[in-house]
Amino acid sequence: MAMEQGNLEIDLQRRLGNMTLEADFSCTAAGITAIFGRSGAGKTSLINMIAGLLRPDRGRISLNGVTLFDSSAGTDVPTERRRLGYVFQEGRLFPHLSVRGNLSYGLKRVPKEERRIDLEEVVALLDIEALLERRPAALSGGEKQRVALGRALLANPKLLLMDEPLAALDQPRKDEILPFIEHLRDEMALPIIYVSHSMQEIVRLADTLVLMSDGRVEAVGSVEDLTSRLDLRPLTGRYEAGAVLATTVAGQDKAFGLTELRFAGGRLKVPYLNLPLGQDLRVRIRARDVSIATEKPENTSILNMIECIVKAISEERSPQVDLQLDAGGAAIWARITTRSCHALGLQPGRKVFALIKSVAIDRQSLGRRDKSTRFLSEDQ
Amino acid sequence: MTPTEAMLELTPLESEAIQLSLRVAFWSVLTSLPFGLALAWLLQRYDFYGKTLLNGIIHLPLVLPPVVVGYLLLILLGRQGPLGSWLYETFGISLPFTWEGAALAAAVMAFPLMVRAIRLSIETIDRNLESAARTLGASRLSVFLTITLPLIAPGILAGCVLAFARSLGEFGATITFVSNIPGETRTLPLALYSLIQTPNGEEGALRLAILSVLLSLAALGASELIERRLRARLKD
Repeated sequence: MAMEQGNLEIDLQRRLGNMTLEADFSCTAAGITAIFGRSGAGKTSLINMIAGLLRPDRGRISLNGVTLFDSSAGTDVPTERRRLGYVFQEGRLFPHLSVRGNLSYGLKRVPKEERRIDLEEVVALLDIEALLERRPAALSGGEKQRVALGRALLANPKLLLMDEPLAALDQPRKDEILPFIEHLRDEMALPIIYVSHSMQEIVRLADTLVLMSDGRVEAVGSVEDLTSRLDLRPLTGRYEAGAVLATTVAGQDKAFGLTELRFAGGRLKVPYLNLPLGQDLRVRIRARDVSIATEKPENTSILNMIECIVKAISEERSPQVDLQLDAGGAAIWARITTRSCHALGLQPGRKVFALIKSVAIDRQSLGRRDKSTRFLSEDQ
Repeated sequence: MTPTEAMLELTPLESEAIQLSLRVAFWSVLTSLPFGLALAWLLQRYDFYGKTLLNGIIHLPLVLPPVVVGYLLLILLGRQGPLGSWLYETFGISLPFTWEGAALAAAVMAFPLMVRAIRLSIETIDRNLESAARTLGASRLSVFLTITLPLIAPGILAGCVLAFARSLGEFGATITFVSNIPGETRTLPLALYSLIQTPNGEEGALRLAILSVLLSLAALGASELIERRLRARLKD
């Protein structure tokens, strides 16, 4: 199933109403690349242009060295021959076909020798056996998205485009779909472009982040790097403010139900995770869950006290300020009141302790980095 | 034969008129359907120079007196007419005073109804479904055949039934273009008209009127049944 790693190169422009969409970046077409931005930033238009559903005014798109669009050479490969899967936010299942009919719609258009996945495999993977003879109208929202995902997979795409596939679902339904997307990334090595405005989903799924704002691609890089950059803070979001840490499982405390994670700046204790030692894990720590002390507190319930240096203080005229902290090279954000900031006399360069409540780090803040299943038995 | 049986028996004149009406309406719908579909598609999906004019011309029969339409057809398609003389010299086809001419007159009169119904159904289609189909590898033609056509089928059917009913009742353009010839162009409404003009024809006229009502009801009932089936396929 493994696919050769490739590159997605994009350089295009298109007018959209009174905004001009400009994107010029390239990224490896491997793992999950998230396109993040507020609604109206041009995320959907960008992937519609990759899919060939929207024509750029000017520019070039190439995937794995194959040109899909080039305005100067007059190349414009039609959508149906680009072989890119597309999972839409609202499913877009064909109402006049059964679930089986929907699933095989793309499959039967793939030449037999190019099929790498068959109907039974997808049905088993997505657990939709019981739905096969139903009509889309009789499916729940989560079921619809599973079928839509299966339908796109069966078209045997070279790259899968997903446009906020979970945005219309409630949290339990999201939790139902997320493992499947992780499976595609980990087991099937299918490169995915994932549009989202939820940092939570991105931290859990994505490797590379493309930040968009007002039709422009502002930055491209790893999720950890971009979320810790102060200049990108207006884009990565105030409410969602937080840092992403690359950690490794370093210990288990079964008596108290805690797991210890090691990262560049020290150790973190979090609620118990059923993961093996040595497992890489990405943890998102929200700025509002981090407090500051200038001296190491004693007699406190807080388990996580990380020694840090204040690197920068945001200059926002509001009751709150965000501090960027450096913990042995890893970035942590803290959101405290402006009053406390003055009272403590915080300045860049000052040594402080970041206090992080263990219970604030929950499952949804975590992103697994690679396959762990085969190690599980050894460490249990 | 009891008097009741005699009442239920169709007279030769009646059965001839009914058969002719059904044949005229059937061919009127069948021949205009491809054009109706193409024009509805064109008007709904594309913008082009002269679109308003084309739309107006298609809808003209709805607002013009039918006699005018029949007269225009006669001028255009009569033996001496520009199109009629060409048709006759090239193919040996002559439309005036034939049942085929009656079918053409009915088709022209019913055309706007058919186009409107189909156009409405094309408008209601979620075009996102078509783009989804293309990302799954279907060409434009394939998308039309496997997605668009099944989804607009109820609208096409509605258009056909409307056109069929309109064709059954066509009078003005028919009598002007193909006259009122027994066995050739005397459809049900024309036969009814003739009976009203005849002394002591009231009873026969009433019978034809009742037949007309029954025929129209049957057509509507049949379409309702088929449409329900088609819609059920979309809903489950």
